[in-house]
Amino acid sequence: MKLTLNIWRQQGPNDTGQIVSYPAKDLSPDMSILEMLDKLNEELIAAGEEPVVFDHDCREGICGSCSMVINGVPHGPQKASTTCQTFLRSFQDGENIYLEPFRATAFPVVRDLMVDRSAFDRIIQAGGYVSANTGGAADGNALPIAQQTAEDAMDAAACIGCGACVAACKNASAMLFTAAKVSHLATLPQGQVERSERARNMVAQMDEEMFGSCTNQGACSAVCPKEISLDWIAKLNREHIRSRVAVST
Amino acid sequence: MSTATSGSSRPTTFVLGGLSSISAKLLMALTGTGLLIFVAAHMLGNLQIYLGQDKLNAYAKFLKGMPLLLWSARAGLIATFGLHLGLAVYLRRQNRRARPQGYVVDDPVETSLASRTMLTSGLVIFAFLVYHLLHFTLGVTNPATHSLTDAAGRHDVYSMVVLSFRNIYVSGAYIIAMLFLGLHLSHATSSIFQTFGLTGNASRGWYQKLGWAVAAILMIGNISIPVAVLTGMLGLPEGVAQP
Amino acid sequence: MSEIRFELDARIPDGPLEEKWDRHRAEMRLVSPKNKRNRRIIVVGTGLAGASAAASLAEQGYQVEAFTFHDSPRRAHSIAAQGGINAAKNYQNDGDSVWRLFHDTIKGGDFRSREANVYRLAQVSTSIIDQCVAQGVPFAREYGGQLANRSFGGAQVSRTFYCRGQTGQQLLLGAYSSLSRQIANGQIRQHTRTEMHDLVVVEGRARGIITRDLVTGEINSHVADAVVLATGGYSNVYYLSTNAKASNVTAAFRAYKRGAAMANPCFTQIHPTCIPASGEHQSKLTLMSESLRNDGRIWVPKNLDESRPAGEIPEDERDYYLERKYPSFGNLAPRDISSRAAKEVCDEGRGVGPTKRGVFLDFSDAIEQFGKETIRKRYGNLFDMYSHITNEDPYQTPMRIYPAPHYTMGGLWVDYNLMSNLPGLFVIGEANFSDHGANRLGASALMQGLADGYFILPYTIGDYIAQTPRDQLSADSVEFKETETETRARLSRLQSGSGKRTPTSFHRELGELMIEACGMSRSEAGLLDALARIPALREEFYQHVSLPGERANLNLALEQAGRVADFLEFAEVMCHDALARDESCGAHFRVEHQTDQGEAERNDEDYCNVSAWEFTGVGSPPALHAEALELETVELAVRNYK
Repeated sequence: MKLTLNIWRQQGPNDTGQIVSYPAKDLSPDMSILEMLDKLNEELIAAGEEPVVFDHDCREGICGSCSMVINGVPHGPQKASTTCQTFLRSFQDGENIYLEPFRATAFPVVRDLMVDRSAFDRIIQAGGYVSANTGGAADGNALPIAQQTAEDAMDAAACIGCGACVAACKNASAMLFTAAKVSHLATLPQGQVERSERARNMVAQMDEEMFGSCTNQGACSAVCPKEISLDWIAKLNREHIRSRVAVST
Repeated sequence: MSTATSGSSRPTTFVLGGLSSISAKLLMALTGTGLLIFVAAHMLGNLQIYLGQDKLNAYAKFLKGMPLLLWSARAGLIATFGLHLGLAVYLRRQNRRARPQGYVVDDPVETSLASRTMLTSGLVIFAFLVYHLLHFTLGVTNPATHSLTDAAGRHDVYSMVVLSFRNIYVSGAYIIAMLFLGLHLSHATSSIFQTFGLTGNASRGWYQKLGWAVAAILMIGNISIPVAVLTGMLGLPEGVAQP
Repeated sequence: MSEIRFELDARIPDGPLEEKWDRHRAEMRLVSPKNKRNRRIIVVGTGLAGASAAASLAEQGYQVEAFTFHDSPRRAHSIAAQGGINAAKNYQNDGDSVWRLFHDTIKGGDFRSREANVYRLAQVSTSIIDQCVAQGVPFAREYGGQLANRSFGGAQVSRTFYCRGQTGQQLLLGAYSSLSRQIANGQIRQHTRTEMHDLVVVEGRARGIITRDLVTGEINSHVADAVVLATGGYSNVYYLSTNAKASNVTAAFRAYKRGAAMANPCFTQIHPTCIPASGEHQSKLTLMSESLRNDGRIWVPKNLDESRPAGEIPEDERDYYLERKYPSFGNLAPRDISSRAAKEVCDEGRGVGPTKRGVFLDFSDAIEQFGKETIRKRYGNLFDMYSHITNEDPYQTPMRIYPAPHYTMGGLWVDYNLMSNLPGLFVIGEANFSDHGANRLGASALMQGLADGYFILPYTIGDYIAQTPRDQLSADSVEFKETETETRARLSRLQSGSGKRTPTSFHRELGELMIEACGMSRSEAGLLDALARIPALREEFYQHVSLPGERANLNLALEQAGRVADFLEFAEVMCHDALARDESCGAHFRVEHQTDQGEAERNDEDYCNVSAWEFTGVGSPPALHAEALELETVELAVRNYK
């Protein structure tokens, strides 16, 4: 099949950047979007031109590296899927495809389709952990955890940190990401001691990073490859209220 | 790329006096809830127009008979509204800064028209409110109808409303404003529950429906009055003439 | 090039197997808290092993420099491990014990690993679970709130802990959260999008690394008291593997070129149940859980060039080759045996699918027997994943599977302390060779990575640091400057090629050559042929690789070329190792050494050892050092899966 690729090319953070069109032919519907870009890059490199830069790694939808907006939707048209798991069979032969980087002040463009998502790391550094030093942990079974509690925590913990939620939100809000991490630990007994402090600090860092605020629309959850639920945002709101009223222990 | 410890190189003046984005949203929801209750109460009061001139004018006199309560309520409302509006503008400014550059091709997922236009609908409502106060509360736009009194010597609110709404432009303005109010509330109501953290997966759909119902009731209830006047369902009482 | 001749000493502590680690821990020297603050440790790689080590060392008080070429430590490929992590907890009361886990691991590795290391691995396995639970890793639970276990990879006990199908992700996020906490504390300095390009050796000790900032292209020196490599495996030498696209051998190989020994590089595991390549464009392969083989039946058509769809091929024209060859184990024959059998039938021309490199995994009998719903309950997620990728419905048509390189048991040689023969260079996780022998058991990779990072290295590195005096070595020293210069020269050499071939095209060609010659089965003739062709390919690479763009900038082609260049040299070491190991064992199958039934035939007399290779120059055969394996407690036995 054939496609016309309209790809955002930008030399660096200070370059303005623009869409450049590339005709792509001899494509297979079984190719992923990334394999299509591999092919384009092979052709560009062979022709002595610089390849299109994009983040990717595991190519099985779990590492959260791939990050691009395909025809206006982060990770493209396939629901519950990452870019690496989006195949050309989702598109019509001859279609025009637009590939753009995630757009957010907190995710500055590094080059082309690659953005800097270290803001997410800093949100985790602000409190997305249980302060448990190596060694000295009690036996794993010393603390029984209800099956449903573990399952709920796992639902939140499934977040792959790709940032599609931010890219989809009209306010570039990181609420779904932050909510998932805060909720994962707030749901489990291990996370109780630092619960208030964690919610407060992670939200503060999220604001510091210049993510926008949540307007409860749900675009984040709709594009999330792991279908992280809006429930967790409601929970983060509760955790936030709690952190403001509860005496931190 | 090296990153030393935590912190960002970007300016940190983003946050208003230590108010977190979630706290700002909570205040939006809180003030919004206040305004929603006021709008509902206001509509219930207005609907007494269907009970006739006497009842409505008596209700107006009753309200004005408690000046302390009335003025503190008014002050509270102004403050609530001001805070709601101020926060909306503040949040919008933050949100603009969070995404200064949009997409070349944008295909909004999942969002409703209402949710994308909250500030616009809110500002339309604000403009309407100014007009509404000048119109019915202060009588600046219509001194003649505003100075009417009824047989009992009370301010004739009933006749003022009917006479005003006989003007198609006035009615039109009220109807359009109420459409915007409906749009605003259709997202706002369910959003309040989510912001307060009251929603769960199962209940989110219900809250959304509740939001639509609340918006529809308030919109239809308010719109019914100018429509009733225009269609002649609500007429002038004996002895009041078209000025 | 430096010509370091070395003696390998595994430094295995004395005493009975069960007491070695405890005694060793008691005897190791300690570094005082005050001194720890002044000692710096470099950790390269932030996967399970790297992140857990960096966090644990930082908690102890060392200054840690953590390097990753990803944009975030959380992206490391440990994240993709699905199945679970073993631990000898015996929570299920089914007779598991440290001894049994140890024994299973030694036996699974076909008796080519060190008893002392493996026993220690089994010992600390239980602490790993405790530590991860404390961090908030959401392991699956029973109704009563106790940790759940499953039996994995044919184990006779249920000792595998799991978080749905995302165990690697959750364990990595746990280690990453500890790492993040230490970054916030200022104990760890993190260097993202930074690739290690060389190891700096000063007076015979590993003292630092040279890195390239992948965004700015800047070359930098980093000085430390010790260097820890946690850079993963080298399955991508085959180009197509289940590893992430960027996984590579570069850091380990550059250390090898500086004098670290490379051990058992030919021990690579090829996983039987992966989704086959759909065409030339295929960039990597995706693994599906082996549990599919519990109910699926594997077959190929009997006829060559069969063109009918699977459903129209009558029963008597199908060859259920695993059931035929291994009647008692059938479709559950071990990984290496079933991988090899799949390759054989495809070599005969009976493969299925567009590339003819695939075999059917058929659930129609199971669906008939148990009903579609039961099968959906058991494998729904996997079926969804398969149909998402292939656009075929496995409930209707048989799945197609093919083996794919998955894990590399070989790696840099380390002693009992996880230190390489280069003092100060420690190697942990998949990057070292230590625990899995010639074949790794399912759910043991996560266990080893975390054992090394949380519970072994943090003790043993202290013993080393306590013995080395603190000094004022700086990045301006001649050794660092020289190594930096060599790094720049290497990049220049890469960029001097004038041609139209891309780094990937060479990588793909090397991969095809390697999977053929040094993949599921190896022969002397094939390996000799590969050893003749690899240098030619390398020559062609340096002459004709096209690398557009500048060096002082983000340059994808240059990054790829650097990694491919190392694979092009490393592949030779693998082939030399496979050639020298003139026996079949575990995943290493030499066609010359098989029984009449086609089973692997070990030669314990001559090869019950570790082959550690010393670099002697590019293109010249590496020098072999054999470390004899003293198997004192385990009885050598022959695997029999008939």
